[in-house]
Amino acid sequence: MKHDPKASHCQCGGKISRRGFITALGVGAAGVAASGAMTARTATAKETPMIPSGETARIDLTVNDRTHTLLVEPRWTLLHVLRESLGMTGTKAGCERGECGACTVLIDDIPRYACLTLAVEAQGRRIVTLEGLMEGEKLGPVQEAFLEEDAFQCGYCTPGQIVAAEGLLRADPNPSSETITRAMSGNLCRCGTYPHIHNAIQSAAGKRR
Amino acid sequence: MTTEKDIYYTKDIPVPETPPPGEEPAPWKRTRIIGKRVPRVDGYERVSGTAVYPSDVILPNMIHGAILRCPHPHAMVKKVDISKAEKMPGVRAVITGDSPEADLMWPYSGEVRTKLFDPHCRFEGETVAAVAADTPYQAWDAVRAIKVSYDVKKHLVDETEALTSEVSIHEGGNKVGVQTHHRGDVEKGFAAADAVVAASYRSACEIHTPIELHGCVANWDGGALTLWESTQGVYSVQSGVAEVLGMPLSKVRVIGHYMGGAFGSKLQAGKYTIIAALLARKTARPVKLFLSREETYLAVGNRPPANMTLKAGVKKDGTLTALDFTCTGASGAYPAGGTALVDWLIRDLYACPNVRTECTDVYINAGPARPFRAPGHPQASWALEQMMDALAEKIGMDPVAIRLKNVPDISQGRDRPYTTTGLRECIAKGAEAFGWETARKAAEEHNRNGGPIKRGVGMGSCVWFVGGGGPPSTVVIKLFSDGSVNLNMGASDIGTGTKTVMALVAAEELGVKPEVIQIENADTGTTQYATPSGGSKTVPTEAPTVRNAAIAVKQELLKMAARELDAEVSDLRFDADDILSSKDSSQKVNIKDLSELKKRGVVMGVGYRGPNPENKSVNPFAAQFCEVEVNTHTGEVEILRFLGTNESGRVMDRLTFDCQVLGGITMGIGFGMTEWRALDHGQTGKMLNKNWHDYKLPTALDVPMDMTSVPIEMPDPEANNTGAKGLGEPVTIPTAGAIANAVYHATGIRMTDTPINPITLNRKFAEKEG
Ligand code: FES
Ligand code: FES
Repeated sequence: MKHDPKASHCQCGGKISRRGFITALGVGAAGVAASGAMTARTATAKETPMIPSGETARIDLTVNDRTHTLLVEPRWTLLHVLRESLGMTGTKAGCERGECGACTVLIDDIPRYACLTLAVEAQGRRIVTLEGLMEGEKLGPVQEAFLEEDAFQCGYCTPGQIVAAEGLLRADPNPSSETITRAMSGNLCRCGTYPHIHNAIQSAAGKRR
Repeated sequence: MTTEKDIYYTKDIPVPETPPPGEEPAPWKRTRIIGKRVPRVDGYERVSGTAVYPSDVILPNMIHGAILRCPHPHAMVKKVDISKAEKMPGVRAVITGDSPEADLMWPYSGEVRTKLFDPHCRFEGETVAAVAADTPYQAWDAVRAIKVSYDVKKHLVDETEALTSEVSIHEGGNKVGVQTHHRGDVEKGFAAADAVVAASYRSACEIHTPIELHGCVANWDGGALTLWESTQGVYSVQSGVAEVLGMPLSKVRVIGHYMGGAFGSKLQAGKYTIIAALLARKTARPVKLFLSREETYLAVGNRPPANMTLKAGVKKDGTLTALDFTCTGASGAYPAGGTALVDWLIRDLYACPNVRTECTDVYINAGPARPFRAPGHPQASWALEQMMDALAEKIGMDPVAIRLKNVPDISQGRDRPYTTTGLRECIAKGAEAFGWETARKAAEEHNRNGGPIKRGVGMGSCVWFVGGGGPPSTVVIKLFSDGSVNLNMGASDIGTGTKTVMALVAAEELGVKPEVIQIENADTGTTQYATPSGGSKTVPTEAPTVRNAAIAVKQELLKMAARELDAEVSDLRFDADDILSSKDSSQKVNIKDLSELKKRGVVMGVGYRGPNPENKSVNPFAAQFCEVEVNTHTGEVEILRFLGTNESGRVMDRLTFDCQVLGGITMGIGFGMTEWRALDHGQTGKMLNKNWHDYKLPTALDVPMDMTSVPIEMPDPEANNTGAKGLGEPVTIPTAGAIANAVYHATGIRMTDTPINPITLNRKFAEKEG
């Protein structure tokens, strides 16, 4: 295994070339059109020009039923924009490389890693974060179940776990034990509270019925 | 309609008696709320997202820091060129070893200090330079644009090779130190044995990787520094930073209301704390500096690898006659306790008159170790628990029986009695609750029927080195004029439920409901002195202190009532929030009606942690039992169920107690089966798996949902006035050894090296067949 020494300092999403960017963008091509610089320049095969740092695009992001108009660098992840631009710190950062699930949000009801989703890519989607599961000051049923079952210790993986569980229950209101374990296997908990998380999801399924 | 009294106080159950000032309170007889299943008092904040963790802090004008780290395991920095980086968009400051403001010494240990950006980089991930910029993206852009020329040196990343190598990581050779212990005469002990077994074991290096990254937000107001740090101990960070920066303690305020996990890796200030402070001062802006996940694998600690040998002698009846143990561990690039406490279980757990241990700590070119949940213990447990089973087999004894045969009467490691020991109960009651005998037989029956899936049942037990806590600690409880309560303590809640347990203690003692207690904690500016939360000492340290503070409040209230009622303090007692005379029950005043309290607005009680019992050892004990299925075609091991018994004195909150136990078992499964640091030995020397993709933590799929916690409750009247001992570390000590024993029971294969996974197990299958 050979490691690129430069890569050892790379924060995920921190070095997006135009080509890499378009690949990462996938279907969200509208994001490209929104950035003037992006459309004006053409990448040659040899050279992959970087989008200058600080050059922003205007996007509309719908988070918890509210639409925010924001200026973002195309390389910014949804996680970065939620936490640092919108101050919605319920969504946590554990690895910023798609390995832990601390950043889980719902995009059109499906649990997704916000650290692997570019903000521009999330335009036009329905984003729900932990904060969006609250009913005013009242906890949602999954949150309530996590609290009652003590399904956390330090609580840092917890927002991601709760949102992943919410996504599961939206897709399958009566999940089997096996389904719960599989659905939650993309969310690490270093404190090791998995059995209590499992209990909480079973209890939340009952509460939602 | 409920009255105010109903809201705040629970009636009909007597409030514990208030001792006169200077006298120790009696142990609680019957508890009202302690020991119940109480959800966490800060649970709402944690599940709603309103809890502000240090990494969530956003300050006006805040910018972001990032650190350039050495990519080589051993190199000299020749030149750092920041000319390009400095001019990049958004960049506000770049500091290197040449920057005058960074000319500081960093204490790697008591003896070894190096420059903050030392040109001699002894491990991959050592700090070389740092940047502050408007966004984290721009900070990382600039880090990547710094050009460093290194003189790459020969590296050593294997601890056994380092012992004999010509290359020296520090002057004076690669041995950090050797520690020995002996009692009795091991040679005589082996001569007296009916059976002697010797084996070698190795446990791989494990990395903490709490989910919240290491880091802080630093902000200066003139000469005063405030740090929001993800830490186990705000006072420890305060003193560390004050020392390095040469500042008075009073000018360094550290706040850590919440923190997202640590397991021993956040007991002190990090280099990153100092770097954030320097960047903030240079830019006159608040700086947020949290490490990347990769950096946390390299530079903020680990549980060192342990290469162990153990030779043990036993009589036919199961009595141990001798234990001879050696271990080579690795501090890493600086002295960091590479073999700390690794022989403690050998010395203390099972009765044995003749013991010899020798532990050699070595320098290697890898990140320095840090304490990791029960330092040294899971490593030794891995060897000792497998050895106990091997001995039992040799003499035809049951694994549970051989352990019960060797339960010691005193702490042999300290040569003094334990205050209390529940080791025997942990083993015996655990075996019963687990259905040990039936399960063992059923597994053996199943395996006789042939087929590739084999079943096995194993166990292990443990003591933890400390767990009694101790002074110093100071706690303040304030009771407001309406009877509601504020609890003020310096201790961090690292996820173990400290705030909840302390609220329960205050509630129990004052008769107040825990919901009306407001807690202020982990802030050197506003809360009282506490040592870091770690070592399973927070509950036994803080709980008695909280109790003392609550008693001080009651004593003060009684004095006020005595004046109000013109009675003697000694005649007065509490009934919920009423104070009444035992002589004449018509003499009675509600605390809300105390005129002095109304005038003052608050009553304050200060509690101090008293001394620990002299000449006794306070320790928690545990045992764990598990059942596994091994697929002998694929090498896959499925853990079917786990059961843990813990004697930690009094159970304070049953809900958080159980959560600790399950969490400890999960971490132990990682230690035994999924986690190891892979260094590119013989080639680059770099870490090959510095991320969660390649370094696997157990997920929900890797642990059984069938996990049971069985508390062995034995309130310890001598340990402290709450009867509680520590819990956080014993819960993870015996797990890996128990799994190895179960795998052996299933397959007849001894997995002497961690991890147990399909690759290592298949290799053993092949060896056995070949
Ligand atoms: S932060 Fe997104 S998966 Fe870890
Ligand atoms: S609760 Fe700490 S990581 Fe899950």
